[in-house]
Amino acid sequence: MHLSDLPLGTRATVVAVSNLTEPDPIASRLRDLGFVAGEPVSLVALGPFGADPILVQIGFTRFALRRSEAARIEVQHV
Amino acid sequence: MSEAVLALPKSIALVGNPNCGKTALFNRLTGSRQKVANYAGVTVERKEGRLELPSGRKIRILDLPGAYSLNATSPDEAVTRDVCLGLHPDERQPDLLLCVADATNLRLHLRFVLELKRLGRPMVLALNMADAARKRGITINAKVLEQELGFPVVETIAVRREGAAALIAALDAQHPITPPASSAAETDLHAEARHLLARAVHMPDPTSPLDAAIDRWVLHPVMGLMILAVVMLLVFQSVYAWAGPFSDGIESGIGWLGQSLAGQLPEGLLRSLLVDGIIAGVGGVLVFLPQILILFFFILVLEESGYLPRAAFLLDRFMVGAGLSGRAFIPMLSSFACAIPGIMAARSIPNQRDRFLTILVAPMMTCSARLPVYALLIGAFIPDRTIGGMFNLQGLTLFILYMAGILGALSVAWIARFFGRHNEEQALMLEIPAWRLPNPLDVLIGLKERGMIFLSRAGTLILALSVLLWVLSTFPTPPADWTRPAIEYSFAGHIGHALAVIFEPIGFNWQICVALIPGLAAREVAVAGLASVYAISAPEGQAEQLLSAALASQWSLATALSLLAWYVFAPQCLATLSVVRRETNSWRATAFWAALLVGLAYLASLIVYRLTLILA
Repeated sequence: MHLSDLPLGTRATVVAVSNLTEPDPIASRLRDLGFVAGEPVSLVALGPFGADPILVQIGFTRFALRRSEAARIEVQHV
Repeated sequence: MSEAVLALPKSIALVGNPNCGKTALFNRLTGSRQKVANYAGVTVERKEGRLELPSGRKIRILDLPGAYSLNATSPDEAVTRDVCLGLHPDERQPDLLLCVADATNLRLHLRFVLELKRLGRPMVLALNMADAARKRGITINAKVLEQELGFPVVETIAVRREGAAALIAALDAQHPITPPASSAAETDLHAEARHLLARAVHMPDPTSPLDAAIDRWVLHPVMGLMILAVVMLLVFQSVYAWAGPFSDGIESGIGWLGQSLAGQLPEGLLRSLLVDGIIAGVGGVLVFLPQILILFFFILVLEESGYLPRAAFLLDRFMVGAGLSGRAFIPMLSSFACAIPGIMAARSIPNQRDRFLTILVAPMMTCSARLPVYALLIGAFIPDRTIGGMFNLQGLTLFILYMAGILGALSVAWIARFFGRHNEEQALMLEIPAWRLPNPLDVLIGLKERGMIFLSRAGTLILALSVLLWVLSTFPTPPADWTRPAIEYSFAGHIGHALAVIFEPIGFNWQICVALIPGLAAREVAVAGLASVYAISAPEGQAEQLLSAALASQWSLATALSLLAWYVFAPQCLATLSVVRRETNSWRATAFWAALLVGLAYLASLIVYRLTLILA
């Protein structure tokens, strides 16, 4: 499942970040920010317009990600 | 090479993730002894300061832009990468990298520390916000961290007076330690960071419970937007309520200075240059200062507290729909007071394309300086009548003018999506930092910086341009037997007459064209310009009534509406122009900016003029 499909308030673990283009600067930045296999993530809040962007907790940090960005991140329910 | 490593460092660069409190630490170390400039060719701020150590040794400190990685994705991060690697053309490689990491956010920040460590440069790690970490029950074993990393680790509390004492002592005492350079794959950095965390850090809770509680309200889809509306309302109320008296004070001070100087000097060119050119020109700039400082005070407080990224989160989707980004909201809103702080606030937009687009459209928001022109023309041409049982026609016209600016800005931003590198996906990936109490020292230093940027960078250009405008509207001086208004004999008069050919299709007569030239100094000066073209001289208070009557009798309604449309878009303000030049760091971009706005203004006036002629 993709991070963008995760229901609000649920926890998951990152499986992988996939490149949509070659190279994909957004995907490699996501990896730099800590979206790597095994990291726990959770969905904290949703934006008011179209539930976009989403607020994601990874490690001790929270990032606002647009849905198109979060769709690159494969996660697994825990 | 080995000599440089062994010697005591003469230059230090502060480097770390965004939101690590790096700039607060920089302020703490250097006080107000800072030099702020731009790196050549890019709009990246370069901040340098000096620190005198207890031993008397002086070191230069560079505050590098915040970065998440050496794999740069923005011009800011590229500067940080190049300086750290010693590849920057204008910057010597610093003798020591002072890494700053937020002690409450080590999982993220240690990865960058480890990436920097691989460069094999002398390093020190400052664990900043050590007080916040302790408060949240986070324990960090700095000794273990130091052993694992192989270079000194010190705790700092940048917002406290003595919070950098341990760091200063460490910088003073020891020769720098250089970790060995290495190059391993990217994933290893995360594994290493996790390993360090497991060895040296105990963290009971990933986020502070207070932060989570505040965010439940502030980021709530409905409550969050309402809170945002209230915050913005309060900010704007304060800007109008507080700036007014200061601006009036500055205005009357300038007026007094001009008059007393005029009394001292004999009638002539020197007096005219000093009073009408320089004092009036500089005064026209100074009047903006209170608004700019007050607006920036709020912007800085909101930024430091962590509210601005949250506002960007709330509004991102809405702004993306218009072709902008969530971060463009504050610049756009500020521009209703004055485009200058709005354009300067666009610095917080990391993406260069989004940033330029914001600078491009922000001046279309109706600023307070347009109001005198609007008031004059609406008063002279729009009947004070109620239509539809409830709307005052004059008020409705003003509303339409505001809306025209907003719609114009949104359309330009929307159209811009189809040009340039629009295929490239624009990223948000915005960190929402912990809530923080803004530190007065940092707000004060930030305010001083913005004020100085406006006064020195923009001010010198404005001074030069106001002298140029004075020359244009003064020379050649009228002949001895002059009958027509003096300005008609000047270059400005001739240029105005020549321009009348261009502006004839949109209904401007030559008088308007002449008045537009001094009116370039600032929009409200156009009112004075019109008064001098129509040779109206009357005591203060009556001049505008007389002018209003003169205009009403000499212009057609179509011409008046066309001029109103012109003022919605035209870049009729040198202060804004010089700030655009300063913020884009490019004359080409500034010329494009001005040309686009003039083009839009012309188009809008043409449509309004022709439509009115057909309908009336």
